[in-house]
Amino acid sequence: MHFSFTEEQSQFRDAIRRFLRDKAPISEARRLMETGSGCDPEVWREACEDLGLAGIHIPERYGGLGAGYVELCIALEEMGRSLFCAPFFSSSVLAASAILNSASEKYKQELLPEIASGRCIATLAVVEEHGSWDDPDIRLTARKDRDNYRLDGTKNYVTDGALADTVIVVGRSPAADNAEGLSLYLVLGDSTGLTRRPLNVVDPTRKQAELQFSNVQATLIGTLGSGSTSLSHTIDQAAVALANEMVGGCQILLDSAVEYAKLRMQFGRVIGSFQAVKHKCADMLVDLEHAKSAAYYAAAAVAENDPDLAAVAALAKATVSDAYMRIAADCIQIHGGIGFTWDNDTHLWFKRAKSSEVLLGSPSHYRERYMQFVEAGL
Amino acid sequence: MSAADHGADEVKVRRAVAEWLEAHWDPECGLIEWRNKLIDSGWGVPHWPQAWFGRDLPSGLTTAIDEEFDRIGAVGVARIGIRMLAAATLLEHGSDAQKSQFLRRILTGEDTWCQLFSEPGSGSDLAGATTRADFDGEKWIVNGQKVWTTSAHHADWALLLARTDWDAPKHQGLSYFVIDMTQAGIDVQPLRQMNGHASFNQVFFTDASIPAEHLIAKVGDGWKIAMTTLAHERRGADALRRWGRASDRPGRIYDEERAEIATVMEPYKWYAQRAGRVDLVLPRARETGRINDPVARQEIAKLLMLSQVSQWTAQRARTAQEQGKPQGPEGSLGKLASSHVARAASNVHTLIAGADAMLCDNDGPLDGIIAEILLSVPATSIAGGTDEIQRNIIAERVLGLPKEPRMDTGPFRDVPRNPTR
Ligand SMILES: Cc1cc2nc3c(=O)[nH]c(=O)nc-3n(C[C@H](O)[C@H](O)[C@H](O)COP(=O)(O)OP(=O)(O)OC[C@H]3O[C@@H](n4cnc5c(N)ncnc54)[C@H](O)[C@@H]3O)c2cc1C
Repeated sequence: MHFSFTEEQSQFRDAIRRFLRDKAPISEARRLMETGSGCDPEVWREACEDLGLAGIHIPERYGGLGAGYVELCIALEEMGRSLFCAPFFSSSVLAASAILNSASEKYKQELLPEIASGRCIATLAVVEEHGSWDDPDIRLTARKDRDNYRLDGTKNYVTDGALADTVIVVGRSPAADNAEGLSLYLVLGDSTGLTRRPLNVVDPTRKQAELQFSNVQATLIGTLGSGSTSLSHTIDQAAVALANEMVGGCQILLDSAVEYAKLRMQFGRVIGSFQAVKHKCADMLVDLEHAKSAAYYAAAAVAENDPDLAAVAALAKATVSDAYMRIAADCIQIHGGIGFTWDNDTHLWFKRAKSSEVLLGSPSHYRERYMQFVEAGL
Repeated sequence: MSAADHGADEVKVRRAVAEWLEAHWDPECGLIEWRNKLIDSGWGVPHWPQAWFGRDLPSGLTTAIDEEFDRIGAVGVARIGIRMLAAATLLEHGSDAQKSQFLRRILTGEDTWCQLFSEPGSGSDLAGATTRADFDGEKWIVNGQKVWTTSAHHADWALLLARTDWDAPKHQGLSYFVIDMTQAGIDVQPLRQMNGHASFNQVFFTDASIPAEHLIAKVGDGWKIAMTTLAHERRGADALRRWGRASDRPGRIYDEERAEIATVMEPYKWYAQRAGRVDLVLPRARETGRINDPVARQEIAKLLMLSQVSQWTAQRARTAQEQGKPQGPEGSLGKLASSHVARAASNVHTLIAGADAMLCDNDGPLDGIIAEILLSVPATSIAGGTDEIQRNIIAERVLGLPKEPRMDTGPFRDVPRNPTR
């Protein structure tokens, strides 16, 4: 449902929140963000075994929980709240959705149960040096070589790209210059000719890498040339997922700003009694409520195969990204000097807000996309 | 209630209302006669209690019911303007005698109402009212002045907030009355607004009188009851765009409705513009070619998204209420959100109009409608409680932030206030 959650969904949320509170407090995020992998394999294994986390929206016949997209988004909201350091977004959202949307039955059976169990960490490599998520900008080539393919080119901003066991790569047939030429290929993380360079990222709780492909062996996992439509569907779904993850961050930042405003004294009174502060908090709440409305509506739209999903996803991504950045900036402002320190946790979410703002495409990109749907008579 | 239950109910209710309308709707019926029929059937205000002309249906179903009315072109009960605030307040706090005297004629449209709250000295600080009501042993005698009173020049009755005790702290010395606006002791003088219309007024009381039975609830309950009226006003803010559009269909009942809209509903004719007219943005962008300007496209998309999302936020609040969450200050959130939408819409209309934004009336775009939007939107963030007041309410009552230090405690007599003119 678009405007409220069921009792079961609320219980599901509680279970995930409890797990993350116990196993992934913010001190863990601080520890893991300094590591190369950015993930604790033991906690990841537990999350997958105890909660079935990695396979929430993967159908049961492929070893997943077979729950809906709304449940997936509930989990993401909780992870965004706790800044859970794990390859969930890369593996279960990006890669699993790409496989569900475009792989042949054979590869679904081969890949999804491994992803659903959390044993295989996968990711999706789409964007190249120019940072554009649009099809025509994808140049990496996939050349036929007997039964297999050979990839040449570079992928950038690949989330968990250095950690992944398996990379789903969007490549182009050398002859085809148009959208029809795109297909999805499977590459193993340790393939010969694949160079993975971890990137220095603003948000160290979400690792990224640059992947260079030089004559790397790859397997076509769907129908040749069918990559374009399924890719844009995958990205729409991922944008909705990311929007829900961002909502979790918005909520915790507002809570933290309000809590601080009730404690901090200046001029003989708590700063939350000053209207300049109080009104900022009220505006943050309006932003948060709008962000929730957009993200929850969009999650239900994915779950219900809404024909207008692309437009709804664009709305959600743009709306929530802007809200998250505003809330994050205001949360720092309300904390004053302490808000600018490394020791205060606010910057961790601020950084996630900044990187999420442009991951999968900027708010202005999505606004332009939305206008195109509006013009076509949404 | 699950989504599925709600869906089943909606189908049933749609069928029931459509059947009733098909059997009874007659465009040649008189307007008042038709509305009386509607009131007796319970389909005029189906979300009202059964005892008072309703059917106790969840308010979430009213949109579906309205759609059935629209489909067949049936006219509804009178629902525009302050009358609905009067009805909501009476339903919650009125005695049975008061309900039976007033509710029906509110719905038929025979009586028009206004809200006598704001004064020259107290607007945001409504509890600072100094208009006085004194009991002479038989009736209440009213003296003082109200201002910004929408519709007072058409009103038969009014909701009045007046001071009955000057020694009590300010919120406790107020009482709430229904007052007859047609009496000699009341003088109404229209005020011209920045958009050229004159829908609000100054109202002067010189020994105006109120019979004892028109006090609502008890002496001293005024503030509590005013909060009910205001909560309804704020919650209604996102519905403003629906106000005051006449049908162009032929038939006696439509003629009478058009006449009503032209007279007693006249103060509300610019209310759609004050909400920003988001519906006009795309047609205007196409017509002017601005739809091809990348900067305009960004701003239009921002507005359309904000407007859509505000509706979803309002819907989430309604759904939460239907599921049993008590009605609370979230009306303030909706009201603040609709101010944002209106202001953004006004900016986008300016962007689209370019130099034409300098022109009004028949020289202006859309025969002056665009200028009317630009000059009406500022009312949205003032009327019904300013944006700043909504932020105070959200921060204090939803987020639990502390109140300001108070300067107005103790007997009202001693509280510092504006000089009276
Ligand atoms: C179109 C229109 C129709 C109206 N119709 C009616 C009607 O039918 N009946 C009726 O009774 N009234 C009506 N009003 C009046 C309206 O409710 C008041 O104008 C409004 O509540 C503001 O009060 P004020 O004008 O006295 O401004 P003030 O209260 O003097 O406010 C001036 C400024 O100070 C700010 N301010 C005041 N207090 C605070 C505070 N505590 N914290 C922060 N900022 C503060 C306000 O936000 C505002 O910006 C109408 C107004 C308009 C514009």
